Amino acid sequence: MRELLSSHLEEVVAVLLFGVGFTTLLLNRNLIKKIIGLNIMDTAIYLMFTSVGYVTGRTAPISQGGVDVMQTYINPVPSGLVLTGIVVSVSVTALMLSLTIRLYRRYHTLDIDRITLLMKGEDE
Amino acid sequence: MPFVRNVPFFSIMLCMVCGISSAMLPGKIARRLTVMLSLAVAVMNAFLLAHLVSAGESYHYLMGHFEAPWGNELRAGPLEALLAVMMSVVLLLSALGGMRKMGEQVDGKKQNIVCTMLDLMLAATLSMLYTNDLFTGYVFIEIMTLGSCALIMSRQNGRTMVSAMRYMIMSLLGSGMVLIAIMLTYTLTGHLLMENIREAITALYASGQYRTPLTVTIGLFFVGLGIKSALFPFHTWLADAYGYSTPSASAVLSSIVSKAYILLLLKIFVRMVGMDVVRGLHLNDLLFGFGVIAMVMGSLSAMHSHDLRRMVAYSSVAQIGYLFAGMGLGIDAGLVAALYHLMVHSAAKSSLFISSSALADASQGSKRFSDLRGAGKRNPVAGVCFSISAMSLVGIPVLGGFVSKLYFSEAAFAYGGVHMWVLLLALVISTLLNVLYFMKTVITLYRVPQEGRLYEPANHGATATVAMCGFVALNLLMGILAQPIVTILRDGLGLFV
Repeated sequence: MRELLSSHLEEVVAVLLFGVGFTTLLLNRNLIKKIIGLNIMDTAIYLMFTSVGYVTGRTAPISQGGVDVMQTYINPVPSGLVLTGIVVSVSVTALMLSLTIRLYRRYHTLDIDRITLLMKGEDE
Repeated sequence: MPFVRNVPFFSIMLCMVCGISSAMLPGKIARRLTVMLSLAVAVMNAFLLAHLVSAGESYHYLMGHFEAPWGNELRAGPLEALLAVMMSVVLLLSALGGMRKMGEQVDGKKQNIVCTMLDLMLAATLSMLYTNDLFTGYVFIEIMTLGSCALIMSRQNGRTMVSAMRYMIMSLLGSGMVLIAIMLTYTLTGHLLMENIREAITALYASGQYRTPLTVTIGLFFVGLGIKSALFPFHTWLADAYGYSTPSASAVLSSIVSKAYILLLLKIFVRMVGMDVVRGLHLNDLLFGFGVIAMVMGSLSAMHSHDLRRMVAYSSVAQIGYLFAGMGLGIDAGLVAALYHLMVHSAAKSSLFISSSALADASQGSKRFSDLRGAGKRNPVAGVCFSISAMSLVGIPVLGGFVSKLYFSEAAFAYGGVHMWVLLLALVISTLLNVLYFMKTVITLYRVPQEGRLYEPANHGATATVAMCGFVALNLLMGILAQPIVTILRDGLGLFV
């Protein structure tokens, strides 16, 4: 166990965070907390992704002082993907928040189960 | 390189440019732009299809000047071109058919935004069809999710907003899983282009190492994209989302959005992992099981609904089950049946949504079956359109649904064993239920209305008439041209690998 923690700390933390985020997004009834869960989940994936590309003791792949040996740098692809992923998750969060505002204005609650009940009441 | 080979890139860019500029145009012009755009994309891809069928080959298109394994690539073959033509024609007809309703149901200042979403969704669909890069696929999955959420809530009422929220939550769980799966794939193989991944996975599978991570990765792709395409246990958001948004939105969501995810999954299974590896890990049985359950459960839910649009929505769940069951056989015959059924269902479901909204308008806006009696006589075009598409899905000969059910049974016989009996039984049950609920509806449409009820004549406008005639022609063509279409699909699938 201790060995796993010392060699794969990032991965273990990422898995835990993913679990927390996923269950919050799925099970929590409060819309804002759901959105927070979504962000925790995404962050966990990004943490895992960056740790995949990181090589201990190397630096960011930016050419400095004429050194361009491959062994100096980390793998830049995962970092690039994470950047794209962050942009996606920001826009998704924005859309979810705006939808939450709409729902709150209409039903004056953030509880998704109560909102569903109120919505069904509206029809009849 | 022949000039026509620029079409995939050019049509994706054109969709994006039109989408973004629609946000600044007045609603009326934006609507026309969407129609013109989907027409142009359909024509361009038809040229590409003709070129690729006559050449009998597929090709890679470099985005920028980096060769594989570093660059980003598109890949086009007859299969992708055919599906691109189909999807853009369906979008064209759905946009035309729902244009007038959109004018009534969407706030005047926001109509151009709806057009932006439609354009972007076409871009996302084309990208998912043509991309050869896994991460590009992910980015467009998210664009699709955002666009469809905006489309669901374009008509603002409680139902659509709540279902948009539910859709987003389910969808994001799905995207999260897909993203993890992509990360695991990259960790296992070190590549993002499909051919390179395939080589690495084949070697990995042959060596017998990392069996569990590989299984989990492929499983995550399936669950993630299954959630997003409304596979049976994950379909709870679907009925409200399809049943209460604008007819165009429902048509596009059911026939394009869910299909694009399924096509991406098919691409991942066939091109990136390889069907033999999937079969070796027994993951196709998972698809098959979910598919068969969806075929029966979707039809049961459709039978129990008292509202026309919800019934049509639930029938989607059953039809998506067909696709997964066909893919789950894991043999070429099953894949061809699934792909053909995907096209048939796109044509039929979008026309059902457009015509059911016209029928409801002819019955004082009610979607309840008791009020719909005689609606087929009050609006003959919509009545014919609904009946033809319903009959196609039920599987009346000459129409597409019959042919696809024939191919499904052939595939089942080719596979043999328990799968054959299970699939045949599910086909029989689902078809019987289809007959029950669709034929009941068609008969209702031509019955004598309840006494003492007066209906105001409803005018659905010339564009909707054109669209519905187009839908009737499309559904008939799917059946009549079944043989050439299946030939292209089969050859395309051969080149796909």
